[in-house]
Amino acid sequence: MANLVDYRKGVAQVPTRNGFGEGLVESGTRNPNVIGICADLSESTRFEAFKKAHPAQYVEIGVAEQMLVAMAGGLASVGKIPWIASYAMFNPGRSWEQVRTIMALNDTNVKIAGAHAGVSVGPDGATHQAIEDIAIMRVIPHMTVVVPCDSVQTKKATLALSERWGPTYLRLGREKSPVITTEETPFTVGEAQIFREGGDVAIVACGILVYNSLMAADKLSREDGIECRIVNNHTVKPMDEAAIVAAARDCGAIVTVEEHQKHAGMGSRVAEIVAQKYPVPIEFIGVDDRFGQSGDPLELIEYYGMGIDAIVDAVRKVAKRKPA
Amino acid sequence: MPTLTPDNLRDLELKANDIRQGIIRSLHAAGSGHSAGPLDMSDVFAALYGTLMRHDPNRPDWPERDRLLLSCGHIAPVRYSAMANFGYFPVEELLTLRKFGSRLQGHPERVTLPSLESTSGPLGEGLAQGTGMALGAKMDGQDFHVWVVTSDAEHQCGLHWEAVMTAAKFKLDNLTCIIDRNFIQIDGSTEDVMPLEPLGDKYRSFNWEVLECDGNDMQAFVETAERARAVKGRPQVIVANTVPGKGVSYMEGDYTWHGKPPNTEQTEIALKELAQARERIVARG
Repeated sequence: MANLVDYRKGVAQVPTRNGFGEGLVESGTRNPNVIGICADLSESTRFEAFKKAHPAQYVEIGVAEQMLVAMAGGLASVGKIPWIASYAMFNPGRSWEQVRTIMALNDTNVKIAGAHAGVSVGPDGATHQAIEDIAIMRVIPHMTVVVPCDSVQTKKATLALSERWGPTYLRLGREKSPVITTEETPFTVGEAQIFREGGDVAIVACGILVYNSLMAADKLSREDGIECRIVNNHTVKPMDEAAIVAAARDCGAIVTVEEHQKHAGMGSRVAEIVAQKYPVPIEFIGVDDRFGQSGDPLELIEYYGMGIDAIVDAVRKVAKRKPA
Repeated sequence: MPTLTPDNLRDLELKANDIRQGIIRSLHAAGSGHSAGPLDMSDVFAALYGTLMRHDPNRPDWPERDRLLLSCGHIAPVRYSAMANFGYFPVEELLTLRKFGSRLQGHPERVTLPSLESTSGPLGEGLAQGTGMALGAKMDGQDFHVWVVTSDAEHQCGLHWEAVMTAAKFKLDNLTCIIDRNFIQIDGSTEDVMPLEPLGDKYRSFNWEVLECDGNDMQAFVETAERARAVKGRPQVIVANTVPGKGVSYMEGDYTWHGKPPNTEQTEIALKELAQARERIVARG
């Protein structure tokens, strides 16, 4: 198997939101119907470059996240492909009913970029750290939910989602995070990727914690002789059920890893699939029914139990739970 | 500016009467739903479909059609009855209102009936979507007009005012908001529940063009709407003063008819009154 990732010799650190910004500019060039609507956060959501490159396709509406969704629905109804961006806490956090009614039930081609997701937002604190967004989006019928693992993949996801019909949520992080994929790494919405092969435990991860999962796998290989399969499960909805069932069948145990509440997130969807199709022991890495707080991003990742060692411990624990 | 001839006026008033009869029949068949709002907006819907809007029931996806959004989705029976009476679907289909498998959902769903233009019911969202449509038309140099019908009580929603502010920013003169100003909502009078007055002044302060008329006077409403549509450089609002339950004597002005349908006996009385009103319009010539 060709290497899909390159992470062992030191990695560049780039926020996933940067990949979104680059992908959006290119999407707007490819299709003039792609428009950007921003709610007073054009710099943080990386709309600046789009605004410069495509001024006629850019709309600024101020601090009005419900309006962001509803207006985008109207624009989509007359043929536009709106990307709308705010912090994930406010969109879809504040705008959830509009997302459900106007985007999903009304089936409009609106794309949300939810910036500053996860505790790795850092110093801004709990009000601005969305760790429930995957849950509230994956539960909506017809919604596509994508959580890319790095900035390079985020750019590819942005381009792919711009060309794919339907209401969509793309989750972005604020902080610099390791770039582990390359320009050549393929990306297809709905197709999970095996980033590392192994037959003892499957680590099913999404977002920037795919890197921590890879590092945990190397450590487990060195110290315990446990070989982990790393599944980059970037599409939370529609989830690649075949890849999840294969992970359960081939490895016999799973650890899910996400920067989100353990409740109702990506890992919960994995558990729903596994419970029905191929039951195996599962451990969950995520925030344990708490809110975030101010702090250094990496410090918060460690504090809330999503660091490399926490993943290592979860793998050891789930390996022991495998039936003899 | 085209003025209604006596024949035009009579035909529109007859259509409004047909719409009211369709509302009563469909609500009675459904056994639930809202009566007062649909009845008081029947004249407005007859005017929109009968003369104001550019539309073609045989081409519901015509890109250049005017867009009509019903923001207060709970008064869907008036829209359904208007659409049926203007040829979008058979009038008999009105009797499927709110029933399993019907295209006429309790609150409007565009996916099941595309000519509804939007899915609505959660209040305060129609003008925001209409603002998006009107801005999209401007971006593409299209000249269709966007009409949004709102209830007065949904002006208590914050999102509606986000839309009012946004439409003014973009000078969307291709957008007209019509307010069903009947002063009632589920819990009573709008001015007791959460006062809206001075409603027109609120819009003026947001840089909208404000027009006001009797929403149950066909001639007055059509003339007001044509004046609104001709305004350049800013969005327009029409405060259409209406009598809740208009056309059915025992419902008129009674807020308790906001959210319930007539029973069989009440239906017969209502249809009889509407038939008599129809005869008066015809007799007037």
